[in-house]
Amino acid sequence: MPNAPGLYAAVARGAFRRYSTYRAATLAGAFTNTVFGIILASSFLALWQARPNLGGYDQSQAVTYIWVSQALLVTVAVWGGGFQDDLQDRFRSGDIAVDLYRPVDFQGWWLATDLGRAAFQLLVRGTVPLLVGALVFRTRMPEQPLTWAFFLLSVLLAVVVSFGLRFLVSITGFWLHDSEGVRSVMLVVSMFFSGMLLPIGLFPGLLGDVAPVLPWAALVQVPTDVFLERRTGAGLLGALGFQLAWAVALLGAGRAAQLLATRRVVVQGG
Amino acid sequence: MAEPLIARTRWAVRSWRLCAAMWMRSTMAYRASFALTLGASLVTQSLDFVVLVLMFQHTDRLGGWTLPELAFLYATATFALGIANLLVGSIDGLGARIVNGTLDTMLIRPAPALSQLCAERFSLRRLGRPIQALVVLVWSLAALDVTWTWDRVLLVPALLLCGCVIFGAIWIGTATVQFWWGEAKEIQNSVTYGGATLLHYPPTIFAKELVAGVVFGVPLAFVNWLPALHVLGRPDPLGLPTAFQYASPLAAALCAAAAGLAWRTGLRAYRGTGS
Repeated sequence: MPNAPGLYAAVARGAFRRYSTYRAATLAGAFTNTVFGIILASSFLALWQARPNLGGYDQSQAVTYIWVSQALLVTVAVWGGGFQDDLQDRFRSGDIAVDLYRPVDFQGWWLATDLGRAAFQLLVRGTVPLLVGALVFRTRMPEQPLTWAFFLLSVLLAVVVSFGLRFLVSITGFWLHDSEGVRSVMLVVSMFFSGMLLPIGLFPGLLGDVAPVLPWAALVQVPTDVFLERRTGAGLLGALGFQLAWAVALLGAGRAAQLLATRRVVVQGG
Repeated sequence: MAEPLIARTRWAVRSWRLCAAMWMRSTMAYRASFALTLGASLVTQSLDFVVLVLMFQHTDRLGGWTLPELAFLYATATFALGIANLLVGSIDGLGARIVNGTLDTMLIRPAPALSQLCAERFSLRRLGRPIQALVVLVWSLAALDVTWTWDRVLLVPALLLCGCVIFGAIWIGTATVQFWWGEAKEIQNSVTYGGATLLHYPPTIFAKELVAGVVFGVPLAFVNWLPALHVLGRPDPLGLPTAFQYASPLAAALCAAAAGLAWRTGLRAYRGTGS
């Protein structure tokens, strides 16, 4: 297999460049993230005024939580999308059959495009809201310079976990004519269990016990806690290990589903 | 073009109805899929209310307001947004239609382009949001501790109706930006969906400049904040004259007029791709 790492790097670079052509749309998107950031940060401030140190976050940490999660929303594709839209089009047009017989690994190809996309989104839709948030609100930036590096690593793992989940959803397209329904269910689960709407430490009862071990926690909750330096030392390793474990498990499941799907395509005969 | 305004409006509404009926027939062909997606959208759209309830697990007041009061704000804003989305929400596809040249096809058809655009891909699935809003509204009205004088009772249906008009006008007005800047769809989302999220929370938790911005700038405050102050008997954080709390119909009329003007200006500035 001619799957040199150079090829995947080129694919990722291509995706990065492709997204960077929608510069105006991305800036408009960053604006929207900023507007939502202001609204949600104000609501969090009100909640933390009533209950200081709720969930172990102080006020500036709670506000920063909102800004980091807004920065991550599109980067880690909590809503789905990215390569999923391309894949869906290819299911509709039938081009998917061609993709499977290319001398390039199917899953690897789409992972590379998604990493390129995420890199561009992090650059624009990540930094703009974070900068505005830091200017307008009292936020808490990492005190240790090394935290930034761990944060980036955690975001990378979050993108891979997110890719793993979205890949599984897309693969259902081989069985269902349209993965739209599965996608809309995934969106609900993902928004809620990623910690995007509320830190999952604030979930009550059973919900609070289950949420932290589900893969969605790896998307927003874990990277944000790394940014806020709530995870240090062994805790930090545990957090990154948690993300890595889900990344490996989901990529493995995706690979297995892909094998089954390929066999199905062959049976139907192109 | 000397036809009276009323006849033209009637024609536009009739065109909208015909287009919408056509789209509805096509979605109703798959009844099971329709039921599933309606259910999914009901659940999706309930999540933001679930988050409010979860917040109130940790406190009994947010910005000084209770959960039934927030539920009233949530329900009225969500209802207005939901109805506006049902009736005119498809207009956000304008930018894409300009880019691929299909707006021209709409312009040569013998029906108003605005009606066609608004009814595009009309689906009753979008009823999910207003239905869920009504359920929350009924609960909040039952749970609220309010002395129901006649003006308060009248204000509730009035603010629901005006809210729909204001959101609808904002939807159309901000969509016209796409005539000049095709990629402005996200900006529109920040005013519509962002605006509704803003109105879920009491005005007391936001910076005064922001509150003033949605009174005198984008007049979102007239959807529910200002009339709700009167219904719930709360003091105005900006200290505006009481007249503002009754001014939603005026704001709605002004918004609709402004949106109509923006649409006509945009359409006049539009040059087809020639394809």
